[in-house]
Amino acid sequence: MSFSRFVRFALLTSFASLFFSFSARAQESPYIVAYDHYLEEPGNLEIEYFSTFGTQRGGNDFHSYWMEIEYGATAWWTTEFYLDGQTTFQDSTVFTGFRWENRIRPLKREHFVNPVIYVEYEKKNGADKILKEGEGHDVETDFLTPNAVARKEHIHEMELKLILSSTFKGWNFTENTLAAKNLSNSPWEFGYALGASRPLALKASAKRCTLCPQNFIGGVEMYGGLGDRHNFGLHDTSHYVAPVLGWNMPSGWTLRISPGFGLNDNSHKFLLRWGVSREISGFGQMVSKLLGGRR
Amino acid sequence: MRRNLVNLHLGVVLASASFVSTINGQQNNKATGDQGAWRPSIYAELAKAPDKARARRNPMEKDPEAVAAGRNLFEQHCAECHGGTAEGGKKGPSLRAAEVQNAEAGALFWVLTNGVVRKGMPVWSKLPEPQRWQLVSFIKSLGVAPAKEESPQPATRDSPLPPR
Repeated sequence: MSFSRFVRFALLTSFASLFFSFSARAQESPYIVAYDHYLEEPGNLEIEYFSTFGTQRGGNDFHSYWMEIEYGATAWWTTEFYLDGQTTFQDSTVFTGFRWENRIRPLKREHFVNPVIYVEYEKKNGADKILKEGEGHDVETDFLTPNAVARKEHIHEMELKLILSSTFKGWNFTENTLAAKNLSNSPWEFGYALGASRPLALKASAKRCTLCPQNFIGGVEMYGGLGDRHNFGLHDTSHYVAPVLGWNMPSGWTLRISPGFGLNDNSHKFLLRWGVSREISGFGQMVSKLLGGRR
Repeated sequence: MRRNLVNLHLGVVLASASFVSTINGQQNNKATGDQGAWRPSIYAELAKAPDKARARRNPMEKDPEAVAAGRNLFEQHCAECHGGTAEGGKKGPSLRAAEVQNAEAGALFWVLTNGVVRKGMPVWSKLPEPQRWQLVSFIKSLGVAPAKEESPQPATRDSPLPPR
């Protein structure tokens, strides 16, 4: 089986399971870049699709997209697999790589500030444009390289994040510090993401409803790079601010939308992101039964 | 090269799935046994609630809509583990046990907020405080389940809740 056939098979299987399975309604955060301290419920699988349209000065605008398959292994460990790609208008469409991330919650109770350790391995190529994080000296002009050239650069990267998140009077505040290391002898690069969000209503309605304000969570996130080990700081870095809105539907679907704005000349002027996800309950039990676990 | 890469990825995915399903299997085995098996471990969490948390009054106590709202929240977030009737499900213990029904509202709120992370219950502080109190109102409204003579079967998500 060729690699592209394997990817197509994996995508089709995932979408089939998405439509023919039990759904669970979770209270998903509206963030697209920042993470809070809430992990996937154990045994649940969430399938997510995200899309980013970005403007490019001096070159062609682009549309990047990624799919996330997120699984709650335990109440303190969530593991996630990404496949990503992009289309640069008037250039080409390319598969840009995969990521495997793990989030671990070291403390067993809720505190005023809740840490989560994030560890990710990325195998991507230089054409990656999903802008899932701001790191190092990444700037808009890096994206001018044509896909045919950029995809020849292979990147193996480890990424570590410390997620510090608090929930207070319905508000969530989160701060993510990022350190990434290209495993081919590049210096450590740093970045950050900040987020604040709140449901539009704190009390739930006594009626079952899709459009009730408690199903919507609004907020804002900000993210960018902080240079590298040799040149730490804001010099030659890009930064974005993005309002976010999430809509958790009782049917198990979640929609997110976020227009992002570059804050300096190194940033893309505008990014429009949106995503759709669906949570499948009891996926772990299904796999467990399949592999001979006790019923 | 690509075939090796695919084999490697499949290997990693299958190994992860086996590991994860083993963990889930262990959790399920705990849950599918006698509901009484939960008592020493899970219900003990209620006793761990600090006095300050235990003493908190439910601000939704007199809200006439709190139970109905709590029911909706329960169906959306809790029934999957605790069963449609809240009498215990595939992963979670009965919430109609005397230990839960006789616990202070503040203790239930504390367990909801903090979860029992090491034993599989996630933290629910992602639900705003009023919603957690609405859930407490609903759970307390259920009352203690009548004792069953036979070994109880785990409730399914589709099992109906008591009538409104």
